[in-house]
Amino acid sequence: MSWIENRFEDGLIVTSLDWAINWARQNSIWPVTFGIACCAIEMMATGASRFDIDRFGAGAFRPTPRQADLMIVAGTVTYKMASRVKRLYNQMADPKYVMAMGACTVGGGPYFKHGYHVVKGVDLIIPVDIYVPGCPPRPEALLEGLMRLQDKIRRETIARKTTVRENDEW
Amino acid sequence: MTPEEIARLLQDTFPDAITDVAMGTPQPYVVVAAVRWPQVAYFLRDDPRLGFNMLRCLSGVDRPAKNELEAVYDLIAMRPADAGPDAYWLAASVFAVVVRVDRARPRIPSVAGVWPAADWHEREAYDLFGIVFEGHPDSVEDHDGLHPRRILCPDDWAGYPLRKDYLFPIEYHGIPGTTEYEMPNPVH
Repeated sequence: MSWIENRFEDGLIVTSLDWAINWARQNSIWPVTFGIACCAIEMMATGASRFDIDRFGAGAFRPTPRQADLMIVAGTVTYKMASRVKRLYNQMADPKYVMAMGACTVGGGPYFKHGYHVVKGVDLIIPVDIYVPGCPPRPEALLEGLMRLQDKIRRETIARKTTVRENDEW
Repeated sequence: MTPEEIARLLQDTFPDAITDVAMGTPQPYVVVAAVRWPQVAYFLRDDPRLGFNMLRCLSGVDRPAKNELEAVYDLIAMRPADAGPDAYWLAASVFAVVVRVDRARPRIPSVAGVWPAADWHEREAYDLFGIVFEGHPDSVEDHDGLHPRRILCPDDWAGYPLRKDYLFPIEYHGIPGTTEYEMPNPVH
């Protein structure tokens, strides 16, 4: 929305438009299927019928990052996988969000001390918006993280750019 | 055949290749010299009395006190339980072979041609211990010489992680390897 960024003061003109756009964005967060390890099982459980992530509009898991809004990094990220995570994150289109699900992606998890091949937290590779701790986090915790992400989106405004651009090496 | 009989048969057939016999352990094994190992392997698989047609597991062991690396081959002989149409296969006999090599230059001839399971297991033993399996079908050439391709760690990984004296990487392609990054005395 570059035509309107930083042109007016906050709250002018765009408030209702913000409300409408944010309402649409927060209730249709489409995640990319990125289950790497055990947290993927809990992500599948959240997508299944008992805990149903689809009632938040986030049940349409896209296989390709190019059509997704949210990357739920569910599982331990190893050094071998790190370049692929970065590449898939770069392939997502703005506005995009990252949820670090589980202790391994938050800060190395149980492999923090002796994991020679584990990246100690996925935020060493890609910028993270929401951290959901747990090993693995219960589906309710994952849904809480999703709702916090919805709150974060609700606070956005099209008059200010909120996404982060980085140098892409991989 | 009992492990004692198998060990006696091997010692009679290959008197100079079998260097040690250990029958009292939960997993009875013989120690085979590395240079003669492929001959013994073919004999173990093809002899009708033995018939060890499956390599169940290949484990690497690091013994820094004796300056040795070991490869332990867990072999089983699979036989059909009965000859009927619903015959299922049982492990008729179980045996283990240990091959010991020097830690400075660990080289064992590959037995990937004898048992297909040895292909990936030998790649893993190289990846995590540094035991070079000569003649492995999936070998690559780089600054470490001709060695099997790594299977778990990335191809440009430095070091062999399961050795006792392994040092954790400080960083890999710009990603910090530890949260004690840039601290003068990191404690792992």
